[in-house]
Amino acid sequence: MATKVFRSHILICAGTACVSSGSFKVRERLEKELKDRGLAEEVKVVITGCNGFCAEGPIMVVYPEGIFYGKLKPEDMPLIVEEHILKGRPVPKLFYKEPVKKEAIPRMKDIPFFGLQVLRVLRNRGLIDPESIEEYIAKDGYVAMHKALTQMTPEQIIAEIKESGLRGRGGAGFPTGEKWEEARKYNRFPKYVICNGDEGDPGAFMDRSILEADPHAVLEGMVICAKAIDSHEGYLYIRAEYPLAIKRVNLAIEQARKYGLLGKDIFGTGFDFDAYVYPGAGAFVCGESTALMFSLEGKRGMPRVKPPRSAEAGLWGMPTVLNNVETFANVPQIILNGAKWFNSLGTEKSKGTKVFSLAGAVNNIGLVEVPMGITLRSIVFDIGEGIKGGRKFKAAQLGGPSGGFVPESLLDTPVDYESLQATGAIMGSGGIVICDDSTCMVDSARFFTNFCVDESCGKCVPCRIGLKVMLQKLEDIVAGKGQEGDIEFLEDLGRHIANMSHCGLGQSAPNPVLSTIRHFREEYHEHIRDKHCRALVCTPLIRFEVIEEKCKMCGLCYKACPSNAITWEKKQPAKINKDLCTKCKSCIRACKFGAIN
Amino acid sequence: MAKISLEDLKKIKESVQASVTLREGGYRAKVNVHMGTCGIASGARAIMSTILDEIAQRDIKDVIVTTSGCAGLCSREPMITVERIGEAPVKYVDLTPEKMREIFVEHVLGGKVVEKYALAVGSETTF
Repeated sequence: MATKVFRSHILICAGTACVSSGSFKVRERLEKELKDRGLAEEVKVVITGCNGFCAEGPIMVVYPEGIFYGKLKPEDMPLIVEEHILKGRPVPKLFYKEPVKKEAIPRMKDIPFFGLQVLRVLRNRGLIDPESIEEYIAKDGYVAMHKALTQMTPEQIIAEIKESGLRGRGGAGFPTGEKWEEARKYNRFPKYVICNGDEGDPGAFMDRSILEADPHAVLEGMVICAKAIDSHEGYLYIRAEYPLAIKRVNLAIEQARKYGLLGKDIFGTGFDFDAYVYPGAGAFVCGESTALMFSLEGKRGMPRVKPPRSAEAGLWGMPTVLNNVETFANVPQIILNGAKWFNSLGTEKSKGTKVFSLAGAVNNIGLVEVPMGITLRSIVFDIGEGIKGGRKFKAAQLGGPSGGFVPESLLDTPVDYESLQATGAIMGSGGIVICDDSTCMVDSARFFTNFCVDESCGKCVPCRIGLKVMLQKLEDIVAGKGQEGDIEFLEDLGRHIANMSHCGLGQSAPNPVLSTIRHFREEYHEHIRDKHCRALVCTPLIRFEVIEEKCKMCGLCYKACPSNAITWEKKQPAKINKDLCTKCKSCIRACKFGAIN
Repeated sequence: MAKISLEDLKKIKESVQASVTLREGGYRAKVNVHMGTCGIASGARAIMSTILDEIAQRDIKDVIVTTSGCAGLCSREPMITVERIGEAPVKYVDLTPEKMREIFVEHVLGGKVVEKYALAVGSETTF
């Protein structure tokens, strides 16, 4: 059959980040321009999932040339259509510019941000239309599922996954094959397959992007798992704040059912499996496996004591496999290409690739997939292309509220489960937030502890009360009321909470505090003894005085002050009148010489 | 609907393959239509439509079509440059839809340069 031919495909990113920076408006305008010029029949506009380079959004890639345009506005469309699409002249002024040298780079594959990544889980990102099952099939979609259902026994599937060395991508890194094997062992039915898409860490957006960009890959992985453990029903528990992901997964399920890839008698093998979306209940703790299952059952999301593990008694007390979105997305390719292909990448104990969401004070914010074993330095400085605004790197926060801070001295740590744990951080689900030297470590620890206090389910004492006490102590320190012994107290309390809490969240909640004390102890000392915050974040510890030797008498602080508290004349250092000062820090932000402390 | 089979998956894959080829750069020939003002004025649009029509009718998956600006020889427009992977590019001038169809069959698909319409071997860079 002849399909309609287009000479050019324009791929517009419609991940959540690009949509919020206006990609739908760009698309509307583009389609209008193409229509007005009579090009609508020659050029196809495709909406894709997250391209990954969120900092440059809205993003558009024009094929066959592979030209990358970023930070687009609807007003740019007439120019692109007229010059590039009609006359074949790409528009240099809209190319991506490398942040250090400011060189314009036209082709996507030449941009370092993309060049250093290894795309496996994200292989289809920004390349196929996530709302079209046909495009997924064109990329060998559902072939792995066919192989698993028709040519493999459950034992063979489990053996393949075990051999691949795939470990849970949700953060804890439990070997996936072992989990499946455990669940297969129990002869109680029905069994369930659950996909955990309740991504709750601040700054993390890997799962959302995978679900938005390639929902069928996750479904395919779930069906393969179902065959391995003999389950016929699955749920995708997706954070309710991810409406686009929920929409696309629902659409994908509908399409798969229509093609008979979900439902009864798949591929005529007699195997049944169907999947349903369950929007998350909105609590951080619902990302914990047992709490998630209670939430699915309609109960209050609270963790329970393990064992029994979910593989033995999970949803409605039945054997259940719960894996993270990224874990399932890895499965089809392992089945298709083999365990050896998968574990050819990575380190001894951590195989394959890992998807990270890179955020914070780094130049290239976005979604990256890298081989296990790459150094953090490479992620921050090669792919991320360094720190924004020429500032200095201070720490990388990994794993969200359960994770920790990695200082500059440990940046050469390879990315794998064990090495990261040794630094006091965790792999976590893959959120990396980069902090520059304007970040106060004590205040960051306070921020994350505050998050954990809010999100503690309240079931067990160490987490419910211990964290609260910890937070009070931290609030005292940032308010200038810290005392000798506070650091030791926090360390001691932190260890108790870690040892005695009920679930993984409580056990890891003191991590931000413990890891900042471990790597930035002198900053705690400065706050407590010298009543000084070197990052000038903790307002009560700032003197609001002009350092005369550093003052260049430029008057920028004078102009910035909204309450007229600064007096300044040409060739005179500025002065701050403390009676009028509201401590808003406008002067600190305005000063280019760090002359106010 | 009848049960889907591996064959069905392959069929779907093939029918969507053209998109994928275009985005991955796996193609055997590239036809570049010069669409500067001069080209458009002398009928490059009709040449473009002819190529797309040929590709659609013959269900070709691995030929891509690009556009470029004025090639500098405005009096001989409409012009195209045909480039098969691994072979030198060839420029054709003074085209009509009929000539275009001939070139498409002979050169783009067949690999044989249509000398009577050709101007020269070689190309300016299109980008």
